[in-house]
Amino acid sequence: MNRMMAIVEREMRKFFRSPTLMIMSLMMPLLQLVIMGNAFGGKIVGARVAVVDYDHGPQAVRIREAFDSIAVNIKTFTTVEYTNEVQAREDVRTGKIDAAVVIPAQYSRRVYSQDAPRLGLVVDNTDPFSSGSIEAEMQLVVTALTAPVIQPRLASQIALEIVELYPYVNYMKFLLPATIALAMYISVMIGGGMLYIDDKARGVHEGYLVTPITKLELVFGMNLAGAIKATLAGISLTVIGSLMAGLGIIFHPEALAELFCLILVSSIAFNGMMFLLMVRVDDPLVPRAMFGVLNTLLFYPSGAMYPIAAFPRWLRAIAVVDPFTYVIHGFKAILLKDGGFAAIQFDLLFLFVFGIGTLLIATPLFKRTL
Amino acid sequence: MTAPATNSGETQKSVLLPAIAVEHAVKRYGDFEAVKDVSFSVAEGEIFGLLGPNGAGKSTLIRMMTTLIPLTAGKAIVAGHDVAKDPDAVRRVIGVIPQALTSDPDLTVEENLSIYAKLYSVPKAERLKNIAEVLEAVDLSKWRGAQTKTLSGGMRRRLEIARGLVHNPSIFFLDEPTTGLDPVSRIAVWEMLDNLRATRNLTILITTHYMEEADKLCDRLAIVDHGTLVALGSPIELKHSVPGANVVEVHFNRETPEWQERLEGLDGVTSVQAESAGFYRVLTSSGSKTTMQLVELAAQLGETLTSLSVQNTSLDDVFVHYTGRQLRDEQVKPAAYTLPPRPGVRP
Repeated sequence: MNRMMAIVEREMRKFFRSPTLMIMSLMMPLLQLVIMGNAFGGKIVGARVAVVDYDHGPQAVRIREAFDSIAVNIKTFTTVEYTNEVQAREDVRTGKIDAAVVIPAQYSRRVYSQDAPRLGLVVDNTDPFSSGSIEAEMQLVVTALTAPVIQPRLASQIALEIVELYPYVNYMKFLLPATIALAMYISVMIGGGMLYIDDKARGVHEGYLVTPITKLELVFGMNLAGAIKATLAGISLTVIGSLMAGLGIIFHPEALAELFCLILVSSIAFNGMMFLLMVRVDDPLVPRAMFGVLNTLLFYPSGAMYPIAAFPRWLRAIAVVDPFTYVIHGFKAILLKDGGFAAIQFDLLFLFVFGIGTLLIATPLFKRTL
Repeated sequence: MTAPATNSGETQKSVLLPAIAVEHAVKRYGDFEAVKDVSFSVAEGEIFGLLGPNGAGKSTLIRMMTTLIPLTAGKAIVAGHDVAKDPDAVRRVIGVIPQALTSDPDLTVEENLSIYAKLYSVPKAERLKNIAEVLEAVDLSKWRGAQTKTLSGGMRRRLEIARGLVHNPSIFFLDEPTTGLDPVSRIAVWEMLDNLRATRNLTILITTHYMEEADKLCDRLAIVDHGTLVALGSPIELKHSVPGANVVEVHFNRETPEWQERLEGLDGVTSVQAESAGFYRVLTSSGSKTTMQLVELAAQLGETLTSLSVQNTSLDDVFVHYTGRQLRDEQVKPAAYTLPPRPGVRP
């Protein structure tokens, strides 16, 4: 036990004396949270939409008034007058403007005579996000214009009443669980995988092997140290990230206990996985080469950025065995939904079994000799 | 080629109390045999050297004795324990200093020692006492709180030695402990090891490719080449085993092919080695007699001697005698891979 703790002591002293390592494993994910949280999830503002009006009738004026209202209120787009539909289409193609609305001749007459009135919308669909926002805004305008001036006393259409269980989740909040998971992964990758291989290459490992330390003491010492480092990274990121994203859940003792349990088993799972991957590696270049690939391979199938239900079957299979999936699901369940232990119990179980399982497989593979 | 002293020729002490006994040790990596049937023993309190060029198999031998790699065949007994059958018992009584500097640069001198003492389960009170003692022994007491990365190369090597002693081992293995050190630091390490042996009754096994180190530090030596033990004995025994008591080094101002034959014809000369153009090393039973004859011969022939020196036989001569080449030839290895010549450029 003392010998195992000596390994832990050495690792922790090294960790706290390497500011670069701490900054890399803690600050970089925070920076990612700030940049990605602000880069994604924003609304389109100030797009330029051409209006080609061949009608000039009262209904065309209503449309233009609606556009003006958008331009001064939610500011999704401003309008630019065009007289030629061909020119407008060409300018959308070349990027001078973002979209073009064509109000055809006789539009007002068709509206009054209820003769299938139509508006044209030309969008640049190579940018699905911008074109989607403009399309959605235009759809709202069209729905508003179509609505009868006097509402019928008895509604004949089915209405869907949406109840949102949770307060608005901005992108920074949405990203926080993934950021915490990523920070813990980076901590394990650098503090566990890379340092372990570097120690092997530098001969430090050889120094351990000539002492009476047992194989189990050595394996558990290294993994305990790695799990502690990842736990520290997880706790730091959870607290700092929650404050940055404006999540007050961390001030609830119950949620804190749930988060601590989740961080702990996530650290064990990540560390076990890393140790299994590195147990027979001697070349210091290998963990560096694996870092990015493994990140992509595990992070994106986890549902961190996009729902797993939208994945093809083979990618969903990866998500099932990917520890990231359960780490991120667990953090979402606590941080965004305050779901309690009931919401994370399967995540905790999977991660614990995964961590211990990988460690049990890795231990016999660990060589007590060179 | 025979060694001057084999196991049967060793001192009575080493036969009775071998701290280390290696019997027919073999290490194979696939088809490559790194260590070939090596046998020797080391007496308690002895400083024993494994001398040989890089790649001779010295580190492989030391790694087998320190339980780091298993023997393919043969046996190694360290402090009465078989390294294959009872490696933990071996680990408890040995201190090992690897070739590389492996102390943690981020940790202080004391922390490095403390962690290693804990790895050997040294109780706290004893640990503190041992750390103070070994720091004193290697003259690093005033640096105990310094981060290892702030120490010089020589100080770091002393820290490594202290680390290997922090659990009071009875047998100390050092793999090329002075490689990369300046001459002053090297001599300091030799003196330190000699003192440690005396004060702590240590048995020391050291690998080296430095002739001077082997000569000055070791009580006995095993010369290893290509995985084979080619000679074994004390430095004096080994030198006496080489025919010729002196080495005359002579440099002529011009090279003539006849000089080899002329030198071999002088009285007392046992062998002549042509080193470079006009430069010869002559092994002789009488340095003064050969020198006089050589000067007279040069005067008769009208040849000019650029330099002439007489020395006692060195371990370098011993190595040449037993392996057929000089140890320093092995220091710089030829490149394993050479680029093909550029098109149009003659090699």
